[in-house]
Amino acid sequence: MPIDKFISLRSACVPLPVENVDTDQIIPARFLKATTRDGFGDNLFRDWRYDKQNQPVADFILNDPKYSGRILVGGKNFGSGSSREHAAWAIHDFGFKVVVSSFFADIFKNNALNNGLLPVQVSEKFLAALFSAIGKNPATEVEVDLETQTITLLETGDSESFDINPYKKKCLINGYDDIDYLLSIKDKIEAFETGREN
Amino acid sequence: MGNTLFDKVWDSHVVTQIEGGPSVVYIDRHLIHEVTSPQAFAGIGHRGIQVFRPENTVATPDHNVPTLNQHLPIQDQLSAMQVKTLAQNTEKYGITHYGLGHPYQGVVHVVGPELGLTQPGMTIVCGDSHTSTHGAFGSVAFGIGTSEVEMVLASQCIMQPKPKKMRITVDGELQKGVQAKDIILYIISKISTSGGTGYFVEFAGSAIRNLTMEGRMTVCNMSIEMGARGGHIAPDDVTFEYIKGREFAPKGKDWEKKLAYWKTLKSDDDAVFDLELKYEASDIEPMITYGTNPGMGIGITGSIPRVESVDESTKATYLKSLKYMGFEAGTPMVGKEVNYVFVGSCTNGRIEDLRAFTQFVKGKKKAENVVAWIVPGSRQVEKQAKEEGLDKLLEEAGFELRQPGCSACLAMNDDKVPEGLYSVSTTNRNFEGRQGPGSRTMLASPITAAAAAVTGKVTDPRDLMY
Repeated sequence: MPIDKFISLRSACVPLPVENVDTDQIIPARFLKATTRDGFGDNLFRDWRYDKQNQPVADFILNDPKYSGRILVGGKNFGSGSSREHAAWAIHDFGFKVVVSSFFADIFKNNALNNGLLPVQVSEKFLAALFSAIGKNPATEVEVDLETQTITLLETGDSESFDINPYKKKCLINGYDDIDYLLSIKDKIEAFETGREN
Repeated sequence: MGNTLFDKVWDSHVVTQIEGGPSVVYIDRHLIHEVTSPQAFAGIGHRGIQVFRPENTVATPDHNVPTLNQHLPIQDQLSAMQVKTLAQNTEKYGITHYGLGHPYQGVVHVVGPELGLTQPGMTIVCGDSHTSTHGAFGSVAFGIGTSEVEMVLASQCIMQPKPKKMRITVDGELQKGVQAKDIILYIISKISTSGGTGYFVEFAGSAIRNLTMEGRMTVCNMSIEMGARGGHIAPDDVTFEYIKGREFAPKGKDWEKKLAYWKTLKSDDDAVFDLELKYEASDIEPMITYGTNPGMGIGITGSIPRVESVDESTKATYLKSLKYMGFEAGTPMVGKEVNYVFVGSCTNGRIEDLRAFTQFVKGKKKAENVVAWIVPGSRQVEKQAKEEGLDKLLEEAGFELRQPGCSACLAMNDDKVPEGLYSVSTTNRNFEGRQGPGSRTMLASPITAAAAAVTGKVTDPRDLMY
């Protein structure tokens, strides 16, 4: 089953300049009770986004009309904590296609890549420049090009390259799914099992 | 150049290596629970395929389950639905399921080891980050996402790049009143919640080796809290003794064969790690956290760091977290108010944890201002606690032994700490809202939790020990 393809994206950004954004903040545990993958975006950052009376917190970035776009920019160590893939689903379901940070937690990064959500790791310096540019002008546009592995702040032309595993890059560009691949090598897996028994 | 324990286990499970990409890694044991598996089963159904090796997966509900009246229907309809879906999916695909009421039900990471499902040299995964617990047996065990749960169901394999290797050595004798939990909280306070990212960690040294299996599980359990893919400890006689005779442990000739293999599972003397860290056991005090991530821990006699001592780059996070906790920089931890005490979870919900807590509160009384939840990690732990009379001793001290589940560790069931109140918890995460919206969590060992439970405030357990 193909996943969402990702080739390039030009968009404004939503800034979340907080470090160690853990997956309990991205999607609190009490919202993990669904048995499908849909609808988690409604509760993305629930406890930062809504107050006790379920009213939107006016100054939280997702409620602030001056920010829009499909790129979420987070502080260092984004996605730490629980392995819940619901965190990647929630961000993707909300409408983001890219998350930018100077450092990603391991499991979150894997989960994002498995769902067509591109984690772009940039330097501390580039991240600071990005936050500063969005702070000055919320309409600041950024281009992310997976083919050339570059992220560009269009206003200034500042650009940086980012790393991605070549296999995962190919999967995202073509919309390939890991499970289709694993099913295609079933004979190799069976041979491995037989080899271990002997 | 020799191999590390990690190399030995990982390399022997690589089915194929994708050029410039991840390894396809064969999984020996797959554990599942009700929260992160339904979408994976839905995927299998959607593809119209079968579970490839149903005998290698074991299921038990734990995250959502109530800790009282488990014989009654679950009140929360969504929780009830997830638990039911797990039962239906496992039935449909022929997977072993220890449902509510089954004598083997419990927190998945407590159940695996106690049944002998967890063995040295295995690759073990589960859609839960605390799968690292099983590393205590010298396995390679780590948490995965739901897409990967589906991969394992479909092919018994996952695809991941091989992580870098780190060794953390803790040598020397632990002080009185210092437990395994304190060792791991100490390490995380030193290297931060991202210090282990990209690595698989081997814990070594005399202080680690002197731990019981359950203590080792507590240490490995929290590897993920330093960002590591997982953590493990080379198996030894303590490990083999623990496994021997358990339900799914190898028996007879098979035991001899496995044992011979398990004895080879250690890092070679000339093995090279990408990073080596060393700590002295005698430097470790009983630990407690003051902030909103597990790296924000200090010795219990210490004070919350002053603002000026905090690195500029982390100052904003630090201030945000103190504001959330309602704590002032520079103030001592001892004496802070405690409203809730939680003992349990995959970190500290095993029999030795309940024994340590009970031993400490025996002959004392629960403080009036404290609500305490004592939750065994599994039905087996619960049974043993009762056989040993721990439930009676707890009752005499004003505590109640509840029924097994993840409970207040992540508050998916009814065990929620109310907004603004303080909990001393033996669990693994003190994130904002982790134990219920607005809850304020301080992580600590079972005996530090016991000291708080009887005094109603943060207390150095050593002050109450003879």
